[in-house]
Amino acid sequence: MTERREDDRVAAPLLQIEGVTKAYPGVVANDGVDLSVRPGEIHALLGENGAGKSTLVKMIFGLVAPDSGTMRIDGARHAPASPQAARAAGIGMVFQHFSLFEALDVAENVALGMSDPPPRRALARRIAEVSRAYGLPLDPGRIVGDLSAGERQRIEIVRALLGRPRLLIMDEPTSVLTPREVEILFATLRQLRAEGVAILYISHKLEEIRALCDRATILRGGRVVATSTPALDSAARLAELMVGHRLEAPARAGTAQEAVALELDRLSLPPAHAFGTALHDISLTLHRGEVLGIGGVAGNGQDELLAALSGERLAPRGSVTLDGADVSRRGPAARRRLGLSVAPEERLGHAAAPDMSLTENALVTAAAGQRLTRWGFVDWRATRAFAARVIERFDVRTRGPGTAAGALSGGNLQKYVIGREIAQAPRVLAVNQPTWGVDAAAAARIRQSLLDLAAEGAGVIVISQDLDELMELSDRFAALNGGRLSPFRPAPGLSMEEIGLMLGGADEREAARAS
Amino acid sequence: MIRLVRRPQPSRAWAWATPLLAVALTVLAGGLMFALLGKDPVAAIRTIFLDPLFNPQYAAYARPQLLVKAGPLILIAVGLALGFRAGVWNIGAEGQYILGALCGAGAGLALYPMEAWFLFPLMVVAGALGGWAWAMIPAILKTRFNTNEILVSLLLVYVAENLLASMAVGLLRNPEGGGFPGSRNLSQWDAAANRELVAGTGLHWGVVAALIAVIMAYVLLHRHITGVHLRLAGSAPRAARFAGVDPNRLVILCLGLSGALAGLAGIFEVTGPAGQISIDFNTGYGFTAIIVAFLGRLHPVGILLAGLLMALTYIGGELASFTLGIPVAAIQAFQGMLLFFLLGVDILTHYRPVAGRDPGRVAGT
Amino acid sequence: MDLSAISPALLVAALMAGATPLLFAALGELVVERAGVLNLGVEGMMILGAICGFAAAVGTGSPAAGFAAAALGGAALALVFAVLTQGLLSNQVATGLALTLFGLGLSALVGQGYVGIKPPSTPRLDLGPLSDLPFLGRAIFSHDAIVYLGLAATLAVWAVLNRTRFGLSLRAVGENHDAAHALGLKVVAIRVGAILFGGAMAGIGGGYLSLVRVPQWTEGMTAGAGWIALAIVVFASWRAGRVLMGAYLFGGVSVLQLNLQAAGAAVPVEILSMSPYLATILVLAVMSARRKRGTAAPASLGRSFRAPG
Repeated sequence: MTERREDDRVAAPLLQIEGVTKAYPGVVANDGVDLSVRPGEIHALLGENGAGKSTLVKMIFGLVAPDSGTMRIDGARHAPASPQAARAAGIGMVFQHFSLFEALDVAENVALGMSDPPPRRALARRIAEVSRAYGLPLDPGRIVGDLSAGERQRIEIVRALLGRPRLLIMDEPTSVLTPREVEILFATLRQLRAEGVAILYISHKLEEIRALCDRATILRGGRVVATSTPALDSAARLAELMVGHRLEAPARAGTAQEAVALELDRLSLPPAHAFGTALHDISLTLHRGEVLGIGGVAGNGQDELLAALSGERLAPRGSVTLDGADVSRRGPAARRRLGLSVAPEERLGHAAAPDMSLTENALVTAAAGQRLTRWGFVDWRATRAFAARVIERFDVRTRGPGTAAGALSGGNLQKYVIGREIAQAPRVLAVNQPTWGVDAAAAARIRQSLLDLAAEGAGVIVISQDLDELMELSDRFAALNGGRLSPFRPAPGLSMEEIGLMLGGADEREAARAS
Repeated sequence: MIRLVRRPQPSRAWAWATPLLAVALTVLAGGLMFALLGKDPVAAIRTIFLDPLFNPQYAAYARPQLLVKAGPLILIAVGLALGFRAGVWNIGAEGQYILGALCGAGAGLALYPMEAWFLFPLMVVAGALGGWAWAMIPAILKTRFNTNEILVSLLLVYVAENLLASMAVGLLRNPEGGGFPGSRNLSQWDAAANRELVAGTGLHWGVVAALIAVIMAYVLLHRHITGVHLRLAGSAPRAARFAGVDPNRLVILCLGLSGALAGLAGIFEVTGPAGQISIDFNTGYGFTAIIVAFLGRLHPVGILLAGLLMALTYIGGELASFTLGIPVAAIQAFQGMLLFFLLGVDILTHYRPVAGRDPGRVAGT
Repeated sequence: MDLSAISPALLVAALMAGATPLLFAALGELVVERAGVLNLGVEGMMILGAICGFAAAVGTGSPAAGFAAAALGGAALALVFAVLTQGLLSNQVATGLALTLFGLGLSALVGQGYVGIKPPSTPRLDLGPLSDLPFLGRAIFSHDAIVYLGLAATLAVWAVLNRTRFGLSLRAVGENHDAAHALGLKVVAIRVGAILFGGAMAGIGGGYLSLVRVPQWTEGMTAGAGWIALAIVVFASWRAGRVLMGAYLFGGVSVLQLNLQAAGAAVPVEILSMSPYLATILVLAVMSARRKRGTAAPASLGRSFRAPG
């Protein structure tokens, strides 16, 4: 993977960034950042959430203008006023959260990302050419909303490649892919490197970077803290550079008991909306004190499963049993009273209302169980006290319970919404993506509190796309794909290959569809 | 250059200041409009805002009118605001107001000429039910078929107006009225009249009902879990469902409450100030109440103040048309302008204007 | 009642003319909504167009100048909406309502001196031998230019939305404004353009009412046509061709009930007058009931956009 070519040592940088600074009110996103990327190299931009990676590439792609500093492409001043200008300078970008339009078809989506798209028929031909050349099969006429995450990413890549970029920026490209899809992506990227394309590869996944990238620039708190040759550095060393201190793995003591806390029995649900996923025959048994990990690529039924657990969607009679009682037809409030709590993935707008205070947001899930209301009238003093307890116990950094939820940072709000559930001592807690977009310290704290809850005898279900997190937390592991759940297997000792096979259902479906 | 920076959380101070700023801007722009009409802008503004209250020549007539006009506006606006808070857009209050009047008056006239103590309360209940039932049409279509309640409630206003026309010349026409359209005069029928409770103040049962509605709405919104759920549904619908709120029940509740309150306003009006069912007894309170609701920032106490202010512009507008020859339509435009400014300056509660060069082309985070 | 008084050819002709104001207003709103903006001020823009067009036509004696003024009047009011919703991020529902309330007031104010006046008549378009065809000549080929302009506009809107780069960008903005922004599309500029177009179209629709349909000026003369236009967009599932169908359907109901009133049908006038509104509600309910899962509505419809950093 480090087949370095002769000219690598002498090649002048394609992209040269010097002293770039960008400040937002209250935070300096980039502080005097230097970066150089050579033609024909895969250059990693490594850093935690909030380290300033996204801001930096947005400046390169013309979405944000730097406050100071210079950018050069091939020695010429690069100050793009718009993404069009950046594309004209030979830059292509594949976004982390896909910039796709679900209701439009593939060809239309590709055309929108080009400055000067050819007529539709010619475009369809070129899409076919590029997708053949790079092993990225795509049907130009299909509606994007019906495609899998992997297929959607192909659209982004093909769209970027049609502009014949000299520099391709990839923002966290593997966060939504199965291991098999990751391999296909890496093959494509290596082929591009061989053709002399420079690739700026953003990630916080260390193994991936060590396998793929020639050089790495590491950002922390908006500054460049190191450059490295990832193949020569250990993952532990990279992690330390990225986080700034050594991380402690959470203390794990298997605490699973005999008693069953929650049981799903052949739970099936039709999709809630046009582009949703149906759930098929999902069965699981969660014991007290046990942590079940459910992995899978986004969009394979995670949201739907969580909604079926929370009671936002009612399930067929007999399919959801809590402590021996059938709760399938009970709504969210009733389930919470019985001790089944849920923390959804979307913090803002789903777990909490951004414009309402933390006190008011406490009422979202704690009104009934914590006796914060009497005859429906709110006891504001008790509610404030409850919110303050959550803030205190889970180290939520905020001015107080009167603060609007939207004013908190992602990590702090996540600590609050998960803490809000844990503080009510549920018998079963299900969380989706508990540490998504959260800084390392807060993530560690959240994971530890989930394990503590299990140690106290509650059953915990963790749904996540972060396999490392799942391996760290779970007693047993299963994969969700296409709305089906694989059988559970004991998590300790499970190898990456085995997990890949469990997650691989998506690949099989795709192959079946392609043939 | 001025750019806007998002506040971490909505500013409380600006939430109170923006309506005042909007009124000030409207007075300026309105003055400009009056000047364009060839009228003395200072005199016009004074006539509209001050003379009804302080000019000895007019105050005796105008002051009681303040409560007479503010009563229905507040009553309707309080109900609408509950829905607007929850993201349920009832904009057909005018129709519910008409139906309340028709049902209430109909119930009373069916018993004419009975003189019983329970007649007026009966008519009030029938009026509330009439408004409620009319509002249930968009509510049920919304919950059953997910039909847009904005369009349905509004279209039903036109249906209600035609129904009113038909009633005024048909079923409810005064048999002793010599064939003229319009019902018997309810305000002169002792058992049915909604009379002035304290002479010279304009205070009638509708105003009392409005005050009660303000207090109840305040308690509901700020002291009761239903109010929290309402606000939750309006600001984050998914969070509301997550909290266990049934969106359909909210739609039924909000449309039902606002319809019933509009119906009440209707029956109090035809038994009092309007006096009878006539083809055009409705004067657009149902629409003006939308402005009142927003001017009061969808807060019951704010609506109380906004209703009084809007009533003042009605009375002052009549006065200005009478003394200065300013067309009544100008007042309607003036009220519309007020809503524009209000919506425009509302951004200040969520964003902070900052002077200076924009460092990025796109500000914010 | 004398149904023979209703001539089929004249009925079709009246239907085409009656549908034209709805067609213009609904086409304009279609473009606005495809760009992801919900402007409930159609009624206000229509009535302002009606009085501006009327005043200009009376003042200049030229119906063409009238229609130009109608378009400008509608667009001017739409500009207020654009500034408030796109610049100051105000709530689109509330701002649209304000537009309607303000438009009704302002038009009444402007229209003070125009009550009871007849506007210059809009000439028929001479279509030569076509106009002499039996039945079709009177029914279809004997209209003024605006009726045909409406048909042409339907085709143009369809073609621009579905066959051009600009139309694709506009639909993209309406589907997902964040993604559109990330790709470098000018979300706000496209939306402002769409809003102004919608205003001009509503204005022309209003102008057709006051200059041709009625033809005179009365306060509140649009009588809910703007709201019916909004309903037509929903009915049409945001497609230009179906907007035409919807406009003819609703225009047809109005024309039919007017003809029945004139023919002295045994049904009370008020029932006939409320029938277009009832029909609209009924169709809305049926349409929404059939679309159980998801709607054809643009995904970003009604949501405010602010460029992220």
